[in-house]
Amino acid sequence: MSRITVPTVTLAHGGGGKAMKDLIDDVFVAAFDNALLAPLDDQARIALSALASHGDRLAFATDAFVVDPVFFPGGDIGTLAVCGTVNDLAVGGAVPLHLACAVIIEEGVAIETLRRVADSMAASARAAGVTIIAGDTKVVPKGACDKLFVTTTGIGVIRSGLELGAQLARPGDVVLVNGMLGDHGAAVLMARGDLALDAPIASDCAPLHGLIAGLLAAAPGTRFMRDATRGGVATVLNEIALAARVGVEIDEARTPLRETVRSMCEILGLDPLYLANEGKLVAVVPAPQADGALAALRGHALGADAAIIGRITDGPPGRVTMRTIVGGRRVVDMLVGEQLPRIC
Amino acid sequence: MKYLDEFRDRATAEALIDEIGALAERIDAAARRPIQLMEVCGGHTHAIFRYGIGDLLPKRIELVHGPGCPVCVLPMGRIDDCVAIAERPEVVLATFGDAMRVPGSRKSLLQAKADGADVRTVYSPMDALALARRLPERQVVFFALGFETTMPATALTILEAARDGIENFSVFCNHVTIVPTIKAILDSPDLQIDGFLGPGHVSMVIGTAPYDFIARHYRKPLVVAGFEPLDVLQSIWMVLRQILDGRAEVENQYARVVREGGNRAALEAITTVYELREFFEWRGLGSIDHSGIRIRVSFARFDAERRFAVPGARIADPQACQCGEVLKGVIKPWQCKLFGSACTPQDPIGALMVSSEGACAAYYQYGGAGSPEDRP
Repeated sequence: MSRITVPTVTLAHGGGGKAMKDLIDDVFVAAFDNALLAPLDDQARIALSALASHGDRLAFATDAFVVDPVFFPGGDIGTLAVCGTVNDLAVGGAVPLHLACAVIIEEGVAIETLRRVADSMAASARAAGVTIIAGDTKVVPKGACDKLFVTTTGIGVIRSGLELGAQLARPGDVVLVNGMLGDHGAAVLMARGDLALDAPIASDCAPLHGLIAGLLAAAPGTRFMRDATRGGVATVLNEIALAARVGVEIDEARTPLRETVRSMCEILGLDPLYLANEGKLVAVVPAPQADGALAALRGHALGADAAIIGRITDGPPGRVTMRTIVGGRRVVDMLVGEQLPRIC
Repeated sequence: MKYLDEFRDRATAEALIDEIGALAERIDAAARRPIQLMEVCGGHTHAIFRYGIGDLLPKRIELVHGPGCPVCVLPMGRIDDCVAIAERPEVVLATFGDAMRVPGSRKSLLQAKADGADVRTVYSPMDALALARRLPERQVVFFALGFETTMPATALTILEAARDGIENFSVFCNHVTIVPTIKAILDSPDLQIDGFLGPGHVSMVIGTAPYDFIARHYRKPLVVAGFEPLDVLQSIWMVLRQILDGRAEVENQYARVVREGGNRAALEAITTVYELREFFEWRGLGSIDHSGIRIRVSFARFDAERRFAVPGARIADPQACQCGEVLKGVIKPWQCKLFGSACTPQDPIGALMVSSEGACAAYYQYGGAGSPEDRP
């Protein structure tokens, strides 16, 4: 393997020749380094018996990442790409095992940028207990993409007997989150730098498989989990209400919000319930197991600020409502398009 | 948050609601008519829905959501003009996010952007001026809209551009002024409003004196209100108190921000840069005399309407649309034939469905689209 000496990616690095091989070897394979990746064939091969030892169903998920900026406080597109797919698997009750990644690179991106992103992916994969076992890179002309787009696809295995689903939520069940809401959305918005605001907000990007394992052990009757990414907690709650044909009521005073995020939302006219999270989930748990679930979440480093924020009701099906801090009640609907700041 | 949480205290809110209930009981019980209060400002509309305040008030009190959402009241013709400017190859159009989705007769700015126009979201007119400095080879046009709240910032930006001799910056001016609009509503024959919550941010600029005619001439109470839940509740209490006492005065609940004489520096910037238009078209309300402002001739080179030929066509509001009646409190949003069916926030027909400060969008989003019984 020869080390890349040029400072930036050119179209030659996507040409299928030696430059491309150097880029893949020196940047990605060096960082991801594992036995299943090592043969560098067109496919990674996994023994079925190794998968079957974890359970009886395969979970399979894919996610594309186009975040701007590529680097932000608390993470970068690499951490996001690994944690995002790991969490999509884990909230389904799966043990995440392997990822594949495809990277689309705009010519002119610094090799150093790619190294940083690949290192982040490798570190996040280690933290999540998964290996990146297959991949692909493409280089496109300037302007055909914005710096770097990453897609990850993952597989995991669900243990026998575990059944989760939004449609399983029942009136009386309790709704929990594992901590402060909206950090990721706020951090990325801030990192874009076009707001004349400066606040120390870091993304909450983290793999949730460990936290989830603890939750499922403490509350085996858990009905449903979903990571509250784009669209935030409000969107997940609406998805639950629609799927289970139930009402959901949350209590504004009990939704955990960081002071800086709350202030930023006040200034920009944003609703933190719709801000993206990358290390937060919504869980629906039968009431008798709620205390155990809360204790399990709070006992994990990624759940210290966990809270019970509401409950499933027999209210109008599909309707999410919020008891506001002054005691009023309002509907929390799905967002229309992008969340836009109001002007006055 | 310091200085904010004390205006959101639940126990205080509950005590205020009890007192509001007691006052409402005593007001002209024989008439048995609902007491209609109009909040003029879209910021109040948003706060009322955001905190579920309508849900807390006695049933007898009806809040009518007034014309104070500057995005909502823009007529289609003006959006068409803006799209035409944005579609010029040399132009970068800078706008507040809210204005992106307002439907024109052909397309919205969001659609124009998707079709290739260079439309960028900014958070202040100064951001647009910075864009002009950064892109000297392009023509940067700021889509200015809003009441007196946002007028001074646009005026100061134009003054700075003039001082620094920035040649590639101009403003498509759609600022409107609140007082003639309140007057138009008061002159409407089907008016039922018993009292007003006056706009807090506008009043910070213009002061409270411009509302005196509402109390004197029309004998309606007006309380200039802040935007936190307790501000709104206290202001409602103050209006009811006036009604009960048979008073019609301009009172200032938002004294921590609003001065009687307004903000002199802001007013000076406004009068330096702008002059009144003879009339301006409002979506839902039609043409209102002296309700719009334009850039003075002395700053003509910063006026996008002069710099670029705009079509300037008048486009009538959609026929079935009942925004005007909603604005005047004659009907509730969900009583409009189009509400929630043909007209939704995803695909708005009427102005009030466009921005989260519009009454219909607020009802749709925060009040749900179910039966009228479970409205806030």
